[in-house]
Amino acid sequence: MKVEREELLHIAKLANLKINEEEIDDYLLNLQDILNFANIVNDAPVEGLKETVGSDDRYNVFRKDEVKEFEDEESLLQNAPEKENHMFKIPKVL
Amino acid sequence: MNITELTVHELKEKLDKKELTITEITKAYVDRINEKEKDVQSFVTTLTDEAIEKSKKIEEKLKNNENLGKYAGIPIGIKDNMCTKGIKTTCSSRMLENFISPYDGTVVNRVINEENMIDLGKLNMDEFAMGSSTETSYFKKTKNPWDLRKVPGGSSGGSAAAVAANMVPWALGSDTGGSIRQPASLCGVVGLKPTYGLVSRYGLVAFASSLDQIGPITKDVRDAAMLLSIIAGHDEKDTTSANIPKKDYTKALKNDVNGLKIGVPKEFFGEGINEEVKESINKAIEKYKELGAIVEETSLDVAEYALATYYIIACAEASSNLGRFDGIRYGYRTKNFTDLQEIYENSRSEGFGAEVKRRIILGTYVLSSGYYDAYYKKAQQVRTLVKNEFAKNLSKYDVLLTPTSPTTAFKLGEKSNNPLEMYLADICTVSVNIAGLPGLSIPCGVDKSGMPIGMQLIGKAFDEETILNAGYTFEQAYKFREKYKPDFKGGNN
Amino acid sequence: MPREDYETVIGLEVHAELSTKTKIFCSCPTDFGGEPNTHCCPVCMAMPGALPVLNEKVVEYAVKAGLATNCTISRDSKNDRKNYFYPDLPKSYQISQYDKPLCEKGYVEIETEEGKKKIGITRIHIEEDAGKLNHDDYGRGSLVDLNRAGVPLIEIVSEPDMRSAQDADKYLKKLKSILEYIEVSDCKMQEGSLRADVNVSIRKKGQKEFGTRTEMKNMNSFKSITRAIEYEIGRQIEVVENGGKIYQETLRWDEVSGKTFPMRNKEDSQDYRYFPEPDLVPIRLSEEYIENIRKNLPELPENRKQRYLEEYHLTEKGANILTASKYLSDFFEEAIKICNNPKAVCNWLMSDVARILNEKEMEPDEIPFKPEELAELIELIEKGTISSKIAKDVLDKMFENPEKPSKIIKDNGWVQISDEGAIKAIVQKIIDANPQSVQDFKSGKEKALGFLVGQAMKETKGKANPQMLNKMFKDALK
Repeated sequence: MKVEREELLHIAKLANLKINEEEIDDYLLNLQDILNFANIVNDAPVEGLKETVGSDDRYNVFRKDEVKEFEDEESLLQNAPEKENHMFKIPKVL
Repeated sequence: MNITELTVHELKEKLDKKELTITEITKAYVDRINEKEKDVQSFVTTLTDEAIEKSKKIEEKLKNNENLGKYAGIPIGIKDNMCTKGIKTTCSSRMLENFISPYDGTVVNRVINEENMIDLGKLNMDEFAMGSSTETSYFKKTKNPWDLRKVPGGSSGGSAAAVAANMVPWALGSDTGGSIRQPASLCGVVGLKPTYGLVSRYGLVAFASSLDQIGPITKDVRDAAMLLSIIAGHDEKDTTSANIPKKDYTKALKNDVNGLKIGVPKEFFGEGINEEVKESINKAIEKYKELGAIVEETSLDVAEYALATYYIIACAEASSNLGRFDGIRYGYRTKNFTDLQEIYENSRSEGFGAEVKRRIILGTYVLSSGYYDAYYKKAQQVRTLVKNEFAKNLSKYDVLLTPTSPTTAFKLGEKSNNPLEMYLADICTVSVNIAGLPGLSIPCGVDKSGMPIGMQLIGKAFDEETILNAGYTFEQAYKFREKYKPDFKGGNN
Repeated sequence: MPREDYETVIGLEVHAELSTKTKIFCSCPTDFGGEPNTHCCPVCMAMPGALPVLNEKVVEYAVKAGLATNCTISRDSKNDRKNYFYPDLPKSYQISQYDKPLCEKGYVEIETEEGKKKIGITRIHIEEDAGKLNHDDYGRGSLVDLNRAGVPLIEIVSEPDMRSAQDADKYLKKLKSILEYIEVSDCKMQEGSLRADVNVSIRKKGQKEFGTRTEMKNMNSFKSITRAIEYEIGRQIEVVENGGKIYQETLRWDEVSGKTFPMRNKEDSQDYRYFPEPDLVPIRLSEEYIENIRKNLPELPENRKQRYLEEYHLTEKGANILTASKYLSDFFEEAIKICNNPKAVCNWLMSDVARILNEKEMEPDEIPFKPEELAELIELIEKGTISSKIAKDVLDKMFENPEKPSKIIKDNGWVQISDEGAIKAIVQKIIDANPQSVQDFKSGKEKALGFLVGQAMKETKGKANPQMLNKMFKDALK
């Protein structure tokens, strides 16, 4: 599969990354390289095999519905680039 | 006596016999950091003053017979992707340059708050653990103590180099595709990636959630067993953490491999594996035979599939895991914005380095509509295949033995322009993560230029004991640490 | 082509907040309100390294909802990540369910003019709510509050089985009442704990394929949903009639102008890149687990209505109105435990109470007095302590300043006069004061009696026992 320029830009937009004009070719080349390599998975004999998500066979791990408040609330906002009225501030969103 | 050359079990023995005090130990390490850090560059944050302060307090408490934990006062280094309350956790990224976690991760909590070890600092790594040389760190390039012109491996390069350089007695690393074992191998130290689920991931900044594991990087196998005994164990904050009883892994160290069945998968000795590495591993195999183990060649033809699968799955998960770095609640925010979209795009583009962006792009691509089935879904099936192949082999053998890294440490900058070549550095290790198994890397020789070579012992899920014993028995017989020491050559160039 | 030639096709995606104590993936409280960012922790704020742990009640509640809507419960289910950037979504992905929802293939029944109709339910899945964006004091920026982030939701996706705004209204009301009955959601629409995305399309009658649909997001009042659907049907027909094309897009309903507007760029199609959530393990529900929930499922509105018809002989209409609201229905049951007059309680709730609620634009759960107090009021009428007319005044007072009816009556001096001597005196007084009416009555004008009784009531401020008055006037004027 050949990755087209527009496709790369579309993917970058989905990932909220900006790719400068002069970086495009590099990214295309790298992506193409790695995808060509990754294509090996399509040769693997996986007919009929289920998909494994995690590495073990655990299921139904739940938590009780009991309130436990986080003890250091203020520290949750200490890294905010900009805040106001105990909220995270961002440019106006319509 | 050179304190910083001692293993933790040796330090512990001397502490118990009152031949050493906690403050003496801490002071020795602080001095060592002050001496060697300028050459090795393994720390992102050093906590030397705090460490001395804490060592005094702990000594005081111990005098009052307070119960502080078995390893109270033993220094440790922590890879900088583990959240530490009140101390910067940067993931070696500009994105988190000033980030202070509001909480301690589970493993950090066990080691620092419960066990009362002394944190000497946060260790350098590839940015967000993405890399095999620690060169993608935003802050600095860590050097290999065996040759300062070479990389320490990665991504836990800071941890491995700091242990090798005796700047910390032991360290915590994390391993997604080889990030503990490969740098341990390149730096001539011991590194263990536990079975997926044995150690809690809560507080480990996620790279690839289904593959990440925290593990010890130590001077010898006994230390690895000791540190694993502390950090392993169920955590209700991580639903993927296994609910099995805690163990003392040092009890497994029998110094006996008589009758142990070791399989050597021939595919791990093919093209791309350095001849000197092969030779060294073959010698180790001979040693095992001498020690009474039954060693046989076997077939495990999944390495390439596993590597491709690894890059698909790890990048897919990373592309999602790193979405939270959006410049809103924490982390780097661009100065260059007028609207929200620009905050997103510019903060992420300026805050992440090239390798991280490459992997986010790849991960986004393989999950995007139209490609999901061809890549991600296929990769998840290959994962089953890899698991099955390992299971087949591990039903015949107690341990599988392979090289840890196809080569010894390479020169700084040698591979950093070729991502795919860099990815091949993980060829021997990633399949273990894909299968979720435990893998131990121990030194088994050096090449002609004196660079360490490591071998990897792979065990059954949750059977860390067998590989630890196998590694320990070899270590006792081979005595790598008595034969070889890093000499910090190639400095001031 | 006139409107009658088109058929409307409507499907609803309903989001209901579950009434668990804690959030879906962390132990923070779900309480509504609270200072911004105070019901938060590293997990729901998406701090690096934090991990989700699924709340067991969320699974239980979703299964309950599935069983109450005739769904098949999946034995094998999982969570997935839905990836998109938005400031109210701190992880930049929402943990939801993609291809293995907890419940599938159910239905609810609604009553239409053509009789009962089944509305299919495609699926019910669990997911987390997002935070809230507020405006700053100067209107230059937005402020992110994550108190709601991670509050558990179920999303109930219907089949496109509704054919009118009325169908949609009935379906949503039915769904709301079911969720209230099984006590998994408080369904407070004004707080946004029940909201719907409405999909509308039109097609010519007889046409098999669906038309292109538009979606109106986050609607949270029955009135606006009906209005918006009506508007959207009209708009789509107009577009098609004028040779235009309907685009699949997301619309915003503007309550003030009564119109819909496109929300985002058409080309900006979303690609959510769903994949299985690796931080959570799969969900496998056993037969016993599901049966146990089924066994303990509370009475559903349909069954309760049937019971009211059979046990209390209420009218169909009365039973419908009462059971449509769990609150009202529970209120009814509490009241009849005391006064044992189901018909009277039903009548009061359907007529006077309903009228006042309507006037005050209140929901049944905002009735300020207790069922016991309504029961007492009814008993007071039965005992003859007050007239039904006075009772209405008492009810008004109960809404204004909730107190026991007996106290209201006492405080206002509204006790009915039933003393024979007192009534006799009043009757005599009125007869003396109204000779003309007395004359009229005697010459056969029955109506005059009504006037006289009325005067007596006026004199006693409505407190005289009307039956006694009637009888005594008749006796006196014989």
